[in-house]
Amino acid sequence: MMSASQATAALSVTIPERAAREDKRHPSPQGRRAAAGRWQDLLFEATTRFFAVFVLALLLGILLALAYAAVPAMEKFGPAFFVTNVWNPVTSQFGALAPIYGTLVTSAIALLIGVPVSFGIALFLTEMCPPLLKRPLGTAVELLAAIPSIIYGMWGLFVFAPVFADYVQPLLTRVLGDVWLLGPLFRGAPNGIGILSAGIILSVMVIPFISSVMRDVFEIVPPVLKESAYGIGCTTWEVVWNIVLPYTKVGVIGGIMLGLGRALGETMAVTFVIGNAYRISPSLFEPGNSIASALANEFNEAADPVHRASLIALGLVLFVLTLIVLAASRFLIARLARGEGTKT
Amino acid sequence: MSAGTGRYRRRLFVNRFNLVMSLATMAFGMAFLLWILFVLFQQGFAALSPTLLMQDTPPPGSAGGLKNAIFGSVLIVATATLISTPIGILAGVYLAEFGRGSWLAKATRFINDILLSAPSIVIGLFVYTVYVMQVSHFSGWAGSMALALIAIPVVVRTTENMLQLVPNSLREAAIALGAPMWKVIMLVTLKAVRGGVMTGVLLAVARVSGETAPLLFTALNNQFWSADMNAPMANLPVVIFQFAMSPYDDWKSLAWAGALLITLTVLVLNILARTVFRQTAVR
Repeated sequence: MMSASQATAALSVTIPERAAREDKRHPSPQGRRAAAGRWQDLLFEATTRFFAVFVLALLLGILLALAYAAVPAMEKFGPAFFVTNVWNPVTSQFGALAPIYGTLVTSAIALLIGVPVSFGIALFLTEMCPPLLKRPLGTAVELLAAIPSIIYGMWGLFVFAPVFADYVQPLLTRVLGDVWLLGPLFRGAPNGIGILSAGIILSVMVIPFISSVMRDVFEIVPPVLKESAYGIGCTTWEVVWNIVLPYTKVGVIGGIMLGLGRALGETMAVTFVIGNAYRISPSLFEPGNSIASALANEFNEAADPVHRASLIALGLVLFVLTLIVLAASRFLIARLARGEGTKT
Repeated sequence: MSAGTGRYRRRLFVNRFNLVMSLATMAFGMAFLLWILFVLFQQGFAALSPTLLMQDTPPPGSAGGLKNAIFGSVLIVATATLISTPIGILAGVYLAEFGRGSWLAKATRFINDILLSAPSIVIGLFVYTVYVMQVSHFSGWAGSMALALIAIPVVVRTTENMLQLVPNSLREAAIALGAPMWKVIMLVTLKAVRGGVMTGVLLAVARVSGETAPLLFTALNNQFWSADMNAPMANLPVVIFQFAMSPYDDWKSLAWAGALLITLTVLVLNILARTVFRQTAVR
């Protein structure tokens, strides 16, 4: 009741005041209606609050359910599970290192390519694009996010991988294969499937998410700031690099984290092209595995309870990882949005 | 101006170079979009035929259609929509109308935003552990549940955003007429933004109809026609996954046809949500 009346009080004082004036022993028809209304209001608010709590509880529920289902694996392997590189369903020995490595490396590649491209796209759409093309091009970039990830997977496997193996991989080996430190990353059989292909396809998939956050935060820069910079003779690039980016850097980092969160958990696209091998090799051309692709490939065939529990433990690792990244992202974006009102 | 020093000319060059690079990144993004769509249309239209709608998924190596998978997908997505729409709208109403700045609303908003981008395969795993494992069989219901859990955050978010656009004077006017809060919300504020809320629902449907990962461990697949939501059910995404990974050409071409159908559905829903309902929301 307290919060119901608080909420209505925030809008108007009419209902509680009138209700207080009603004579309880001899209710008028209006009074009875008001009383029924209060009761219905209470029920309505409780219902909406129930579903809000449901959303809140969902997250906790996922964590608890996965943690509980992962217990058999944890009992058998202990914390070593997370740092062991073994995956053998025959002997029932499992360790999560290879999929965790694959997940992190593919996501890192995705960001390495996706962040500069997204920045370029956001810059183009906010500063350079003719107004007439702004909506259609903006929508087109967002369509990249609308394409189901399984389509990326099929396209990646049947179209992108052969092209990548025939033209791009030999080129990379030739140009970068002998460079100190970088070299070993780009050596190996160019078969189009592996960690690098998965990372590149992921980078295309995260572009719409990162660039749309960047666009949004670029738009909130007060025009006065930009105009002042143009006024003292800055070029467009200098305005963007020295005014817009510093002003919005918190939001930009938030957008990058959002992209990272997406990349970590992306399943189908990666499953098609990563090669599904529990292996950690120095070359990015070699097949690997990510947590999500391991789950997609093996879960339904895992009959052994320890195998199944190990896969669920992998899922839990993935969930916790994305939670941290996404929470950081939301926190940063919210901080920029809050600052918007105070800075002028 | 024209008498540029070296430094000035360098600045202009840097500016022009970076703007050209920015144009190049835009072209990079568009190139991938067009490449993917081109391949999809080329392969998909080649595989389209009336038998798609008339025959069930075939055994390996023979011809067939996707009738059972299309039907299963529609049924699973429709059920998920029916589950997620009321839950999402009510939770959104709480955030915008009752909770507002309270700690519960703030926490829910934060968690909802996280769930919005949470990996869908983990949602599938969750439904597997709490439902499929308990009843010990895969089912259409489980698939719908997983998709509903993915759709709810989308609906919550748009509903709340839309309700926040309603001017307070509208609420005050309704309250001043003596309407109880629930009538104010159902008949005035929600009605004022119904176009926007519909957009949210459509976007949620678009989002879940292409999801594959959460269906793998929940609805599974079924080679035959089945309308029993309590049994494993064929659905387009999982059929596409299975057929695309197979070595049979017949299956692969069916996978392309299915991929085209799904993408067209998703794109049409997206465009519908962006154009038709945006107009009514603004009005």
